[in-house]
Amino acid sequence: MKKIFIGIFVIAFSVVFLLAISNSVDLFTYNDSLSSDSVSNGYINKNVTKNQSEVIFNETTDAETGSANIVTSIIVNYRSFDTLGEVTVLFLSAIGVSLLFGSTGKLAERKKSGFILRTAARIIFPMLLVTGTYLFTHGHLTPGGGFPGGAMIAASFLLLYLADEKFVTAIEKIKLVEGSAGTLYVLIGITGLVTGGYFLANFIPTGTVGQLISSGIIPLIYVLIGLKVGAEITSVVSRYLQEEVTS
Amino acid sequence: MIRVASLLLLMIGLYGLLSTRNVIKMIISINIMELGVNIFIVSIGFVTNGVAPILTSQVNSSLSNFVDPLPQALVLTSIVIGLGITALGLAFARKLYKKYGTYDLAKIGGMKDE
Repeated sequence: MKKIFIGIFVIAFSVVFLLAISNSVDLFTYNDSLSSDSVSNGYINKNVTKNQSEVIFNETTDAETGSANIVTSIIVNYRSFDTLGEVTVLFLSAIGVSLLFGSTGKLAERKKSGFILRTAARIIFPMLLVTGTYLFTHGHLTPGGGFPGGAMIAASFLLLYLADEKFVTAIEKIKLVEGSAGTLYVLIGITGLVTGGYFLANFIPTGTVGQLISSGIIPLIYVLIGLKVGAEITSVVSRYLQEEVTS
Repeated sequence: MIRVASLLLLMIGLYGLLSTRNVIKMIISINIMELGVNIFIVSIGFVTNGVAPILTSQVNSSLSNFVDPLPQALVLTSIVIGLGITALGLAFARKLYKKYGTYDLAKIGGMKDE
């Protein structure tokens, strides 16, 4: 009976919600192109302040960000401060998880895994690590970046956990990687503040759009984000799987 | 059409959140709601026949017909925050289960602290 009332409430709420947004968002028609006064045009043409001109792959040099992946240029350059906050939220949640689970005590018994599973996991593990590293070092050129790359690194550690019953991560070393990556991110920001005039300013020349060594601090920051996110998710995964038997 | 489907997902998540007292199911409902919101935000930036906003050797000019990159960037942030919320929420749920022996919030509310 209670669930029927909740159902009626949700349906009524959704009708009101649809009526409220129907003025600003059309639910069934889609645009043919970005409108010319859209904020995103500045990001696509890599110039948010002055007259915008065409950016050509492998030709344009010294553009405002120099990143071929426009989403990356927004995340790590124009809205980099936002990303610093986002990484901090993830850090806080990793701290919360380790606080709730604790670290000392007897570890839970895990089921013994077979020889084939263990060996195959050790072969796949470095491949996953290399793929994750590729994702975050090429974050300014291809789809991907620090967050998927970090998640893939954490997935490789999860694979070892599932396949090998004796495997435990060295959580202290993971914390060291995480802390130093976060500190370096802030230090890059302060260097930008000193040399470029504002926090996280791009103080390295941006180079040619589309080259691996280009776009200034974007690859540096994405590598740091990749390491930090990988370390954070790995520590969360290890906390869950190394849970104590008795508390 | 995808926008209606994403709003439907949002409402399914809202119904799940309100109609159950099980902590794990509530976390799953929050995730479904978040998925609906994310799909909706990405669909706002959709452009018919648009390409992914990445300059490559094939799509080599910024005058190409790109989809809107800004909603994608915002959704990336939202996905990561969602991951953090889920991890922390599941840790709390595990702690609750250890203390009270149940995931049901209605039962936990009637118990006394030991």
